[in-house]
Amino acid sequence: MQVNENFEPVIVAFCCNWCSYAGADLSGTNRLNYPTNVKIIRVPCSCRVNPMFILRAFQKGADGVIICGCHPGDCHYTSGNYFTRRRITLLYSMLDFLGIERDRTRLEWVSAAEGAKFAATMQQFTEDVKALGPNRRLEDLRCRKQ
Amino acid sequence: MQRIGVFVCHCGTNIAATVDVKAVAEALGHEPGVVISQEYQYMCSESGQELVKNAIKEQKLTGVVICSCSPRMHENTFRKAAASAGLNPYLVEIANIREQCSWIHKDIATATEKAIILGRTAVAKVHLNTPLTSMESPVVKRALVIGGGIAGIQTALDIAEAGFDVDIVEKNPTIGGKMAQIDKTFPTLDCAACILTPKMVEASQNERITIHSFSEVADVKGFVGNFTVKIKKKARFVDETKCTGCGLCTEKCPMKKVPNEFNMGLDNRSAIYIPFAQAVPKVATIDPNYCMMMKSGKCGVCSKVCSAGAIDYKQQDTFIEQQYGAIVVATGFNPIKLDKYDEFAYNQCPDVVTSLELERLMNAAGPNGGTLLRPSDKSHPHTIVFVQCVGSRCDDEKGKPYCSKICCMYTAKHAMLIREKYPDTEVYVFYIDVRTPGKNFDEFYRRAVEQYNVHYIKGMVGKVTPKSDGKIDVQASDLLAGEQLHINADMVVLAAAIEPDKTARPLATMLTTQMDTNDFFTEAHPKLRPVESATAGIFLSGACQGPKDIPETVAQASAAAAKAIGLLCKNSITCNPCVAHSDELMCNGCSSCEKVCPYGAITYVDKEFRMPDRSTKVRRVASVNPAVCQGCGACTVACPSGAMDLSGFSNSQIMAEVDAICK
Repeated sequence: MQVNENFEPVIVAFCCNWCSYAGADLSGTNRLNYPTNVKIIRVPCSCRVNPMFILRAFQKGADGVIICGCHPGDCHYTSGNYFTRRRITLLYSMLDFLGIERDRTRLEWVSAAEGAKFAATMQQFTEDVKALGPNRRLEDLRCRKQ
Repeated sequence: MQRIGVFVCHCGTNIAATVDVKAVAEALGHEPGVVISQEYQYMCSESGQELVKNAIKEQKLTGVVICSCSPRMHENTFRKAAASAGLNPYLVEIANIREQCSWIHKDIATATEKAIILGRTAVAKVHLNTPLTSMESPVVKRALVIGGGIAGIQTALDIAEAGFDVDIVEKNPTIGGKMAQIDKTFPTLDCAACILTPKMVEASQNERITIHSFSEVADVKGFVGNFTVKIKKKARFVDETKCTGCGLCTEKCPMKKVPNEFNMGLDNRSAIYIPFAQAVPKVATIDPNYCMMMKSGKCGVCSKVCSAGAIDYKQQDTFIEQQYGAIVVATGFNPIKLDKYDEFAYNQCPDVVTSLELERLMNAAGPNGGTLLRPSDKSHPHTIVFVQCVGSRCDDEKGKPYCSKICCMYTAKHAMLIREKYPDTEVYVFYIDVRTPGKNFDEFYRRAVEQYNVHYIKGMVGKVTPKSDGKIDVQASDLLAGEQLHINADMVVLAAAIEPDKTARPLATMLTTQMDTNDFFTEAHPKLRPVESATAGIFLSGACQGPKDIPETVAQASAAAAKAIGLLCKNSITCNPCVAHSDELMCNGCSSCEKVCPYGAITYVDKEFRMPDRSTKVRRVASVNPAVCQGCGACTVACPSGAMDLSGFSNSQIMAEVDAICK
């Protein structure tokens, strides 16, 4: 596959309010750089992320979607991230079925104290999505930028 | 038609240095529904807020987007400002263009572009925001303090002083914690027991304080103002209400070979024991692992000598359940285990001790009655080597990455006390840095060096080798002189790193509070909210939040108490209105949401519906109790018919955000 050097992927990150969003804030406070491609949507808990949102993002032209939640056992709502984990596992098999590379979706645990991990994760994910190239399979062509 | 106002903050140069705020305001001004788009130096300032308020009134805004710092910082500020201008506070959205844009990106062009997208996303969301009203929930006027060390005691005393009932849950048979084991305190060298034990007695005598010793928190349910906590009172096989603490049973107990935890295992106690003379409550406890009656059924001496009839070999763990409005965590710390540090021969040589063991060796109530003797042969040591940072500031897996903070000062104290009491003893301290930031701390350390002639050597100890003549060879490097040293020592004292208590991690899970990677509890804000956890109603006291010395612990304990009192003073608190709600017409009564709800906030009710043919039909539909729902959103995804939605983070709002980012 030809890798387009100038390809700048659109990456949607869902971050839970209590751990990962705070982790993202911490990486900001510590001035830890990660690519501008990543845009964060704040959700109360990672379990608020409906797989539908992920598919919607791919349909609208996102090249990668990352969901970040509290570490297992640390969920502010006790058990939310366990639901997320199961749902994303199921989503993976559906993405495989649809022919969307499963590496375009990632689930990561980032605590409020892990600013460095947040930045490193986003850096790595952006690189991985860049290597995968643009998302073509589910993209609604009517949504494509001219 | 929506009328949205966008306000872009410069945050001095924090945002303006890497984001072209004028361009952001200009671009967002063209977004649909935006009627006013302004930028200002400091949006959170009085005049910045005034700007927002005036715009709300003059432009009759129906939604506000603030492009500024994290919503975790100033969301409430702007919500309050909007409310005071007559706009529902939940019609305000924050676009985080500082922590998540200007602070992490260097290139102005790309950062500005990202800031515009973030702003656009917030505008797209605010279009779909609905006015929300908070409900009130009552506050139970009782506090729980978990941990009965100096932090827990101080917090409980302060809360009780303010007129509220407090329960202390302590896992050990007595309150007092680590401070009870300490001999003297720096930098005043006053006796720890002399200042701690009056507080312990005060706590036990205060009628508002209930001490549950030898107890653990088994389960926590509920939320701020209304926690339900299950406390496990472990069986101590002695009836607390009958035991007078006379100590006769401990004297007569034939099983005397139990390592004494209070003296760090340096001497033995009996199987039935009272940890120390000033224990509170002064009640005996039977250790079932060593008690001969419990193990073989043959003995029963304690039961025979107890005139109060307090011994009960058949006692079982009991559980009590209690409601609390606030919970203060004060679980404290422990020195790390030194099993992985073979180079210091801690496990091989009894004369290599940790600092806490030295505290006990020097304490009048300790194994040697206060005379410093080598544990191996009970001889007086003439050369003592202190090793600093054992496991602290450590990059590898063995230790901890952080500075344990208290070691420099307690080592100076130990060195000084030893030189004072035994002037013939040479004391060497090997250190990486000496850190003495505290009131009178550096003066104290300098006294150790200048007045007491303690040999401070910058360098690390490489190897400690016990020799056949009973001496210990300490091989170390002197970094300043640039030479290798061998010291023929009698004792080696290791300043072991401190770590949070092991019970803290499961407790954090129960309390749904956050911890950092080292298992210290994370405060809500490192600077501005240092004693609150991110979970409302849970407060942090003492070393469970990070390494601390006694004055700092007491200060934080009182601060946590003040925060808890502030909560308990209220009759009711406003709940988060961002809760789930179900569309009854769409609900098919499948119970999926009920099963995933961690709070039991969803119940099913029978409701009458009018059918298209004008008949009525009773259907079973989900109903959310908004006072109990915490707004996690698990049910919204579980619902197969899409009837469940979350106010403030609705499906349509999040979809609009996704669309705006991908546009």
